[in-house]
Amino acid sequence: MAKKDKYFGGIISDPGSTLKYKTYVWRDGIKPVWDKEKCKNCMKCFINCPDNAIKVDKNGNMAGHKYDYCKGCGICAQVCPFNAITMRKE
Amino acid sequence: MQQALTGNEAMALAMKQSNPDVVTGFPITPVSDILQIFSKYISDGKSDAEFVPAESEHSVASICFGASAAGARAFTCSASQGLELMHEILHIISGTRLPVVVASSSRALSGPINVHGDHSDFMGMRGTSWIQLFSENAQESYDNFIQAVKIAETAMLPAIVSSDGFFTSHNLERVETLGDKNVSDFVGVYSPKYNILNTNKPITIGPLSLPDSFMEIKKSQSEAMIESKKIISKVAQKFKSISGREYNWFKEYKLQGAEIAIVVMGSTAESAIPVVDVLRKKGIKAGILSLRVFRPFPADELMAALKNLNSIAVLDRSDAFSGQGGPLFEEVKSSLYRLNKKPKIINRTFGLGGREIDEEMIGRVFEELQKLVKGKKIDEFGYMGLKI
Amino acid sequence: MDLHELAKQKPKFESGHRLCAGCGAGIVAHQTMLACENRNVVVINATGCIEVTTTVFPYTAWKVPWIHCALENAAATASGIEMAYKSLKRKGRIKKDIKFIVLAGDGGTYDIGLQSLSGMLERGHNVLYICYNNEAYMNTGYQRSGATPLHTETTTRPWGKKIHGKPVRQKNLTAIAEAHNIPYVAQAATAFDNDYIEKVRLGLAVKGPTLINVISPCRLGWGHPANMAYEISRLSVETCFWPLYEIRNGRFRITYRPKKIEPLENFLKFQKRFDHLMMPENEKDLDELKIIVEEEWNALVRRENCNRVCTRIVDTKIE
Repeated sequence: MAKKDKYFGGIISDPGSTLKYKTYVWRDGIKPVWDKEKCKNCMKCFINCPDNAIKVDKNGNMAGHKYDYCKGCGICAQVCPFNAITMRKE
Repeated sequence: MQQALTGNEAMALAMKQSNPDVVTGFPITPVSDILQIFSKYISDGKSDAEFVPAESEHSVASICFGASAAGARAFTCSASQGLELMHEILHIISGTRLPVVVASSSRALSGPINVHGDHSDFMGMRGTSWIQLFSENAQESYDNFIQAVKIAETAMLPAIVSSDGFFTSHNLERVETLGDKNVSDFVGVYSPKYNILNTNKPITIGPLSLPDSFMEIKKSQSEAMIESKKIISKVAQKFKSISGREYNWFKEYKLQGAEIAIVVMGSTAESAIPVVDVLRKKGIKAGILSLRVFRPFPADELMAALKNLNSIAVLDRSDAFSGQGGPLFEEVKSSLYRLNKKPKIINRTFGLGGREIDEEMIGRVFEELQKLVKGKKIDEFGYMGLKI
Repeated sequence: MDLHELAKQKPKFESGHRLCAGCGAGIVAHQTMLACENRNVVVINATGCIEVTTTVFPYTAWKVPWIHCALENAAATASGIEMAYKSLKRKGRIKKDIKFIVLAGDGGTYDIGLQSLSGMLERGHNVLYICYNNEAYMNTGYQRSGATPLHTETTTRPWGKKIHGKPVRQKNLTAIAEAHNIPYVAQAATAFDNDYIEKVRLGLAVKGPTLINVISPCRLGWGHPANMAYEISRLSVETCFWPLYEIRNGRFRITYRPKKIEPLENFLKFQKRFDHLMMPENEKDLDELKIIVEEEWNALVRRENCNRVCTRIVDTKIE
């Protein structure tokens, strides 16, 4: 039987553990800023974020950015049809 | 029940009785028969495994990897070039600790291409962290396969069971087989500790391991190989209780009190028996050690069995091309190194690419050993049965 | 398709992975997992960018069962898992419905992985194969692959005095997959998220092997700014460089027709890998690429028109 061994077969049994690795440190001095007034909740930012760094509320609407993980790529700002997201200096 | 079976038929039967969930394969001489026999079992409804005719051995090994990771008992058969094509995946299977079992009958490695029996493919696997068992005949092929299933699933390491290509795979012999239920109960149901199909407890298999974790993972694997020695013994004991047949690290023939002996793997050990009988009648203390478990290598046990001999010849059915003798010779010599008083040891390479070995040739090796005992100078390395 | 409903899901692919900022492949993984909704899925990932960056021991971004074996055998590994599932389900040892998704780059699919893919498609395994296509072996340093287009710069086919980028055109993997007579094949782009997610859903729903070839911009390999993955994906479609279509049981359909086809330069100009191609002295090479793109698109349009004609004939029941 398999021993209780955290290195067993190199298998990771902690799903989603990358959440412990905060990638905000990758940001190069700029971050996205969300203007709630302009936002129409089209969710284009959400669907195009490679890092799942868009916060979503319980109704499935835009609720800001997860700044712990946002790498500052700027896709959300580029994609937004309503200019509700702008890239600003941190 | 007594049946007349070839080595291939015996292994195919053992495979069927061990209740696999997935059987896959790609034809390769000399084990294509196993695949064909198994497909017939499936077509006739005698096995309820899923059969996957893969498009290459690399995919065969990958399919075994996937199936085993999904909690299925996965078997295949291969040899020679097929095993070589699988190589990358063999390491991955053992590194991921999956109990895949491969039925094999050793064949020479190309180039040039040779489809006959020698041990080069089996020896080629020695760094792969697979449990490696070698059978002398069809009976052992049958018994070893069944035990290998249990050993692999307990140790969580993959296993290969091989024999001499054509000499054993195609040789019709009397085999004592067990009943379906006996084998079924012996191997039990495969219940792995982790399973990729467990969606309640999702796991990640095969991550990227950087220098900060790789060594620990490998150490864990190495320890499993060492632990497997206990498991191999336990399984042999249990097997004895259902079959009456005893299995160990190796077989000894008239090794007790022997002065000279040959160490060999496979059917050649049987061929050497009449030679030793004749020598013993003449008062020459000759013996045979026939190795069954090659990985994990039973160094301590081998050392204990050989320490009182004067001279030993290790017969290799493959070449390591190191200029220092064959692979079996390397391993035996190194296990004797710890002795203060070491037996004299020479290496003879024979039977490459299916070249026959006969009693006369074996007799000549024993003559050389006798000369060695008398202190004469004998070449450390050499070939037997060479035409040039 | 309601993005809000999709957004409410518990993520199956979490943050904290180490894909480059603005990575197109990250968008593929994200949208693919969202399309799974509440199905049980197992992801089989080939070696490549997504695999190495999302599962650095002991961290994993995946909240679904995920497995990686080697570069060229994701399809074979998936075949093994699917067969095990089939076997164990038949024996009553598993009760759940589980779907299998392969995520492999063009690296692990077009070239070294082609044999394994072909075997899986031919044997008819019930697996959805997604090829995230960044048109080169990006993870190992942007070397050319069988998916790299003509005259595109890669590190193993750089633009030089004698050889102008890749001297040959790419192979058509989507057509190769189709030639295996599988029930569903498609080309997609994440910029058209509706289209892509619908295709993934279909690929999962259809019984048998299904394949989606999705274009995946790579900012380092293609040489574009970090925020342009969406825009470049969109332009690849609007310029007909990467047509979106699907073939359902042999029936061909273009799933997006640009209202006005944009000039190819609009797609090329943002990418450093086409810098040389865009220079005036290399106009001849650019024309070669343009002709290929145009001819491919026209062939697809003709094919769809032909389909329509055939359908009409069938509908009017000509005896």
